[in-house]
Amino acid sequence: MSEPCANPQPSKPETLLEVEKLNTWFFTRKGVVKSVRDVSFHVEKGEVLSVVGESGSGKSVTGLSILRLIDQPGRIVSGAIRFNGTDLATLSEEEMRSYRGNRIAMIFQNPMMTLNPVQRIGDQMAEAISEHEDLPQSEVMRRCIEALKAVGIPSPEERMKAYPHEFSGGMRQRIVIATALVTQPDLIIADEPTTALDVTIQAQIIHQTRKLIDETGAGMIWVSHDLATVSELADRVVVMYAGAVMEIGTTAEIIGSPRHPYTQQLLNSVPSRNEPGKELFQIPGMMPSLLSLGEGCAFASRCSARRPACDQPIPPEHLSATHTVWCVRAKEEGDAA
Amino acid sequence: MTRVETIIPANKHAEPILSIRNLSKVFPLQSGFWDGVIGRMTGLEPKAVHAVDNVSLDVRAGETIGIVGESGCGKSTLARILAGISQANGGQFLYRGRDIQDYLKNPRDALKIQMIFQDPQSSLNPRLQVIDIVGEAPVVHGIIPRSQKKDYVLGYLEKVGLGAEFLYRYPHQFSGGQRQRIGIARALAVNPELLICDESVAALDVSVQAQIINLFMKIKAEFGLTMLFISHDLGVIRHLCDRVVVMYLGRVVEVAPTERLFSDPRHPYTQMLLEGMPKISLERRKFLSIEGEIPSPINPPQGCHFHPRCAFRTEHCSQKRPDLVSLEEGRHIACLNWQGTSPPPIKSGGGYAQSENA
Repeated sequence: MSEPCANPQPSKPETLLEVEKLNTWFFTRKGVVKSVRDVSFHVEKGEVLSVVGESGSGKSVTGLSILRLIDQPGRIVSGAIRFNGTDLATLSEEEMRSYRGNRIAMIFQNPMMTLNPVQRIGDQMAEAISEHEDLPQSEVMRRCIEALKAVGIPSPEERMKAYPHEFSGGMRQRIVIATALVTQPDLIIADEPTTALDVTIQAQIIHQTRKLIDETGAGMIWVSHDLATVSELADRVVVMYAGAVMEIGTTAEIIGSPRHPYTQQLLNSVPSRNEPGKELFQIPGMMPSLLSLGEGCAFASRCSARRPACDQPIPPEHLSATHTVWCVRAKEEGDAA
Repeated sequence: MTRVETIIPANKHAEPILSIRNLSKVFPLQSGFWDGVIGRMTGLEPKAVHAVDNVSLDVRAGETIGIVGESGCGKSTLARILAGISQANGGQFLYRGRDIQDYLKNPRDALKIQMIFQDPQSSLNPRLQVIDIVGEAPVVHGIIPRSQKKDYVLGYLEKVGLGAEFLYRYPHQFSGGQRQRIGIARALAVNPELLICDESVAALDVSVQAQIINLFMKIKAEFGLTMLFISHDLGVIRHLCDRVVVMYLGRVVEVAPTERLFSDPRHPYTQMLLEGMPKISLERRKFLSIEGEIPSPINPPQGCHFHPRCAFRTEHCSQKRPDLVSLEEGRHIACLNWQGTSPPPIKSGGGYAQSENA
C-alpha cells in the first residue's frame, strides 16, 4: 500500500488534491441554491489549507463535495476533483468507498455525533482499518494504539476499552482525529473541528494537528470560521463568501496584506483588532440569498467600492505566484477599503 | 460549609446594584431511592456538583462585568441565579440592598433583571409574531396600555436596528443576527436595569457578531444599563467589559479591571487561558502545550481545583483551598503562590513551555 512519506520534502511540493471549477448546487422547491460556485484550489502534501467563511459561504459543502457526501436534493453539477491524479467526481459509488475514510479522512465538528455511543472506541477504530485493509488483529491494535498516542491520549492500551461517554469533549475530538489517522490517509478534511471545544483544549488540538501534519506529510483541509485559529495553523487560506472564492493566498498574504474588500473588512471586524470599548468596525448589510445571485461579485451589494464592472463575471487577478484575488480593483494601488 | 471570603468590591464611587456573598449552587447527583438509603446507611457525603462554590461579587450600577471560564466553570449557572431563573442553595444575594427572593415577589421589580440567551432560536416562541414577543410583557405588566402596543414595539425594534416590516413576522423568518436583535428588543421593552448576557454572541458569525457587539454598546449607553457579560471568548470580553471575573470549576480565581487582567494576568489559570487564546497574527505561533484536561466538576481535585494543571503547584496546593485575597487595588486572586506567578512565566521560559513529549 502507498504509505504517506515519513519525511516530507518542503523543497519540492507535490500536489495532492486539485479542485477545479467545482459547482455544487441544491435543487430545492424554492429554486436552485448555488452553494458552491466555480471553486478552484489545490492542496499540497504536508500543508494545511484553510477554507474560511461565514455561515452560508459554502465552506462546509466544499469539504463534503470532495468526499462526495452531498445528499439529495444537492449534487455536484460540474467540476473536477483530482486526487493523486484520479478525478473523484467521475468514480462510481463503489470506487468512492475505497477512498472515504481510507485515503481521505474526514473530521466533523461534533465528536459525539461521529462516535458510536454503544461501541468501545478501540473497536470503532479497528473497524475503520478492517473496512479497507486485511490485517492481523495484532497489527490493527498496534496501529490504533499508535494513533491514540499520537494525539496525546494517556495510557491508550486501557482507554481503547472505554466508551465515548467516558471521555471529555476534548478527548473525544482527539479520538476522532486518531480514528481518521489509523488508515494513514493522504488527505484529512476537518470541518470546524475545534469550534465546540474550550480555549485551552482548542490550543492543544491545534498544536497536535500541526505536529501530525508535519510528521506524516499528509495534506489537510481545515474548514473554519475562526480567523484567529486559521492564522495560527494554516499554510495557505481560501476565503469564501456566498459560495464563491474571494481570495486565495498564503496565510501571511491573507492576514498581512488582504486585497479583497471582504477579507479586509472581515479581519477588521474581529474584536481583538479594534480598540477595546470603541465601536467595532462592521460590514454593512447581509449576505445575499444564494437563490438569487447574479453573474458578478457576490459581495458587491455590501462593498463600499462597488462599480459597474462588479456586476460582470470577475476574472481572477494573480498578484503573486500564490496570491489570487477575485476583485476588479485588486490591481489598483493601495488598499481597496 | 460557611466561610467568609474576601469580598470583591465594586468601585467605591457607586452603590452596588447587585451584591452576592458566598453564593453556592449544588446539584445533587443522587436521586434514586436506593441512593438515598445507601447514603443514609453509610453516612457518606452524597455526590454532588458544586456548580457555583462560594462566589462573592459586587456589581455597581453602570458597570459591565465579564465572566469568563471554560465548560463546567459555573458561569452559566451563576448567570441563571443572578437572573432569578434558578435559586442558590447557599449564600446571600442582594439586589439594591434587598434579598432577591423578597425582591422578585413584586413582578414589576422582577422585570428589572433581564437575560439574553445564547441561542435566539430556542429562546423566542416560534408561534408568536415579533409584535407579541416584544410587546406581550409590557402590556401584561401594565407598562403600556394594549392600544399603544404597536407603536411601543416599533420604537424598540428601531432601537435594535429592525424596521416596521418585521412587526408581523415569526422568528423562523429571521436570520440568526436578526433573532438576537429581537431577543434584545424583548429584554429592553420592560425597562430593565441589569442585563445578563449568557454567550449572547457566541453563535453568530464574525461580521454579525460585530454588529451585535456594537448594538450592546449602544443600548448600554442609551439606557444606562448595568451588564453582566458571560462568555468564553476573551476577545469579546476585552472589548466590552470594565472588569473581568475568571472562574474555574465553580470558583472565582481572579478578578481584575479588564486592561490589567489582559496585560498582566496573575493567576496561573488566567495566564493559561490568555496563552491559549487564538490570536490573529502573522508570526507562526510556537505552540506551547497546555497540560491536562479540565477535571470533572463531579469530582474536582482537592485543595486548589487548578493544581493538577498548574506549573507552580507546591505540596500544600493539593491540601488547602486558596481564599480570594486582595492583591492590589481592584485585583483579587485565589492562589496560594501568587507571588510566584508574576511576571507571567511564559516570558521567562518556564511554566507551560514544556515540550509535549517530554
